[in-house]
Amino acid sequence: MAEPGGRATSTPLMGGSPEPTLIELSVPGRRAWSFPPLDVPADDPGLPEAANSLPALPEVSERDLVAHFTRLAHRNFAVDLGAYPLGSCTMKYNPKVCDWAAEHGGFRDLHPAAPPELTQGALRVLLETESILCAITGMTRATFQPPAGAAGELTGLLIMRAYHESQGRNPTKILIPDSAHGTNPASVTLAGYRAVQVPSDDRGMVDLEALRAAVDEDVAGFMLTNPNTLGLFEVDVIEMARAIHDVDGLVYYDGANLNAILGVARPGDMGFDIVHSNLHKTFATPHGGGGPGAGPVAVVKHLVRFLPGPLPVDRDGVLGWEMPPDSVGRVHGNHGNFLVVLRALTYMRLLGAEGLREVAERSVLNARYLASLVGERYPIPYDAPPMHEFVASAAALKKATGVRAMDVAKALLDRGFHAPTVYFPLIVEEALMLEPTETESPETIEALADALNEIAALAAEDAAHVQASPHKTPVSRPDDALAARKPKLTW
Amino acid sequence: MTFTPHTDEQEQRMLAALGLADADELFAHIPKAARLAEPLDVAAGISELEVMRYVEDLGRQNRGGLVCFAGGGVYDHHLPPVVRSLTMRPEFVTSYTPYQSEVAQGVLQALFEYQSMVATITGLPVANASLYDGASAGIEAVNLALVETGRDTVWVSRGLHPHTRQVIATFAHARGVTIIEHPLEDGRTAWSREAAGPPAALVFGQPNYLGIIEEYDAAVTLADDLGALTAASVDPMLLGILRTPGDAGCDIAFAEGQPLGNPLSFGGPVVGIFAVAERLMRRIPGRLSGETVDREGRRAYTLTLRTREQDIRREKASSNICTNQTLNAVAAAIHLAWLGPDGLAEVGRQSSHKARYLRGRLLDLPGVSAISDAAYGREFGVVLPVDASTAVTSMADRGYLAGIPLDRDYPEYRNGLLVAVTEKRSRQELDGFADALGEVIADG
Repeated sequence: MAEPGGRATSTPLMGGSPEPTLIELSVPGRRAWSFPPLDVPADDPGLPEAANSLPALPEVSERDLVAHFTRLAHRNFAVDLGAYPLGSCTMKYNPKVCDWAAEHGGFRDLHPAAPPELTQGALRVLLETESILCAITGMTRATFQPPAGAAGELTGLLIMRAYHESQGRNPTKILIPDSAHGTNPASVTLAGYRAVQVPSDDRGMVDLEALRAAVDEDVAGFMLTNPNTLGLFEVDVIEMARAIHDVDGLVYYDGANLNAILGVARPGDMGFDIVHSNLHKTFATPHGGGGPGAGPVAVVKHLVRFLPGPLPVDRDGVLGWEMPPDSVGRVHGNHGNFLVVLRALTYMRLLGAEGLREVAERSVLNARYLASLVGERYPIPYDAPPMHEFVASAAALKKATGVRAMDVAKALLDRGFHAPTVYFPLIVEEALMLEPTETESPETIEALADALNEIAALAAEDAAHVQASPHKTPVSRPDDALAARKPKLTW
Repeated sequence: MTFTPHTDEQEQRMLAALGLADADELFAHIPKAARLAEPLDVAAGISELEVMRYVEDLGRQNRGGLVCFAGGGVYDHHLPPVVRSLTMRPEFVTSYTPYQSEVAQGVLQALFEYQSMVATITGLPVANASLYDGASAGIEAVNLALVETGRDTVWVSRGLHPHTRQVIATFAHARGVTIIEHPLEDGRTAWSREAAGPPAALVFGQPNYLGIIEEYDAAVTLADDLGALTAASVDPMLLGILRTPGDAGCDIAFAEGQPLGNPLSFGGPVVGIFAVAERLMRRIPGRLSGETVDREGRRAYTLTLRTREQDIRREKASSNICTNQTLNAVAAAIHLAWLGPDGLAEVGRQSSHKARYLRGRLLDLPGVSAISDAAYGREFGVVLPVDASTAVTSMADRGYLAGIPLDRDYPEYRNGLLVAVTEKRSRQELDGFADALGEVIADG
């Protein structure tokens, strides 16, 4: 009989033979669609730009479709199959009742252009989520238009610009840590600013003196993730915010790692003025293979007038829309990724204040526990206590055996786990960024640690075997260089 | 509720292994001034059953069950159940951006197929793996054109979706880009060769926001003369019956992709479709899935041309898009394959025939006139003898979402109502709609 609490590492059904493309499955004349016959007179539409021919789409039956996409599903790893410790991405388990909420007809079948008197429930969802999000972040109001974290960054920077313009100023620089996500500098450029990098110190945190030295009247703002991308809490954050505020700059909180401090600390209390939050990471939307997410932006009181609009408003119990007086404008074609907001609200209401704090506690506990189990073989270059994730290094392993971080990642795939994020942040050599998340059990974390340690031990004995990983997946080490040199982007 | 698996005993054991007395100690290094002294000001958690009742109650506060004649990019098409059935599979729903291609062949191949089908319907050779929505696709088209031409002016048709124009204006302002709007004449763009320029791009809707079919050649020829790019926002459900932007010589096609595989969802999440000419391949924003081989020579898929991207080029990247709308793109791919060539044409044909029938019935009502006699697809504008917003409210009482009032975005069409028709609308619904609107008008 099996022991209780037994380990269930997850080797998904990965499918054996390659799956043909839909166009290869296509048989002329086969079809899946059916519509009722046209029940109005067939007037010649007289289209001046009529098509010359039918599009060359695949011709398949519904059964073909179901089999094809089911086989594709079998060739994909996912959180629901096993642990997915992809650092910075927060791949945690998401409760199914949130899926249920997003499938609810009361919202799923609602048109975005319906007037507010017909969409009071949806407006209520936005206002209630906003109120909880503001309580969590310590902000005053939020917009839900940004459809992703990077869109939130850009929106926040536009708010900064609008604020400075309202003061009759036009500063040109945004400070960002050298450990920042790549979207930060890209967003800075798209917002018409220049990104200036601030180095990290030997604690793995923003160098406060270097930051102070970089601050001048030309600084529009500072973007910071806290905990930062090394998983470390920036302990000087209050001093940093003060230094930026001293030149009337604004401080932007990149909420990628907000889950580590839920109910523990609030960006508003640390001195941040603008906060984006990745609803999909922190508040339970599965990532969908890379979206949809949502990146709402919340701000302190004196920035509310610049928020994108329209914003929902409550006029004596009747909800409507209103454009903030100095709004930067619209940043989404509709109201943002509304169903993701509804999922977040469902999750926040389920957990409540104590459940949200438990997310922070258990995510940090799991990360620190995992770090303690693998730190010997994969040293962590900074000795501050990690929060919900940590960055270990395979540099010593590489030196001793030739096995690199990418090889470790690939070997982990054979053992039923998704790989960590590798080679990020750029400031750590042979970086392995691990984020177990709060929804993994201690048994799973121990199994993951054993797998990582076993790979390191194997590297010492048979480096070539590890370097040839993965061995059990449908394909192994796709030729990325060939894909880039001779791009084949369609069938 | 909680979704963490730890028992109290396990938590204690883990804390002890770390040399900590309790969970608070996990945060002891955070400066006191940055730490919350009180619990969050958020209501206590509730059970699953309670949260379901709460969501149902919120849902009931919307006016549901209306027969939808509103469009403006988001349309009430028949959504085949097979799309939801397949896209709800956890392997698609709960995976991430396919950074480890060996265990992400499923989503990579699905995106490759999406790209292939988008390229097919737009007539352009290169499509990305999706953007956020139609409006974000519009700003990415503008950004691409700015970088490609090195210019800082963009010409935009007044017929382009008003929200897309607003989003473009929001982002253009920060970069010092000048947007020149070209007016409509009888519902079609009157491109003025003398407008300030030279432009990086001519951006227009095909059909435009008013449902009217623009003349491709006018825009493409002018753009070619000026050394500008042409970017057309298309209606994906009409691409089986209308000339493709690629065939017409456009450089960029973009679209609000919601009608393909995605429910109305109060407008989000939806999906932005984006395709370009071959020479713009290395400037296309967002993710791309490419075919390659693995080291055994087996066909394999991987994210490719990543050197364009924000995680590599950082501040030099021309787009900051990272997460996109993969799941929605997979839904679009399944829906397109369900339709096939003749199914897509059938949707366009039925939608436009039914639009003609309804428009005819509405124009027979007293005091109703057309905003234009120009050729249209499946959406059209009418001018009512009553206030359009009030009419929408009255029509809701009769069971219809009547359309989108035009007054706010187009004051020149006072009392204008934009009405959209899909293949899903039955003759009974079309007749019922016309009769109900007749009553609303009679009631004044």
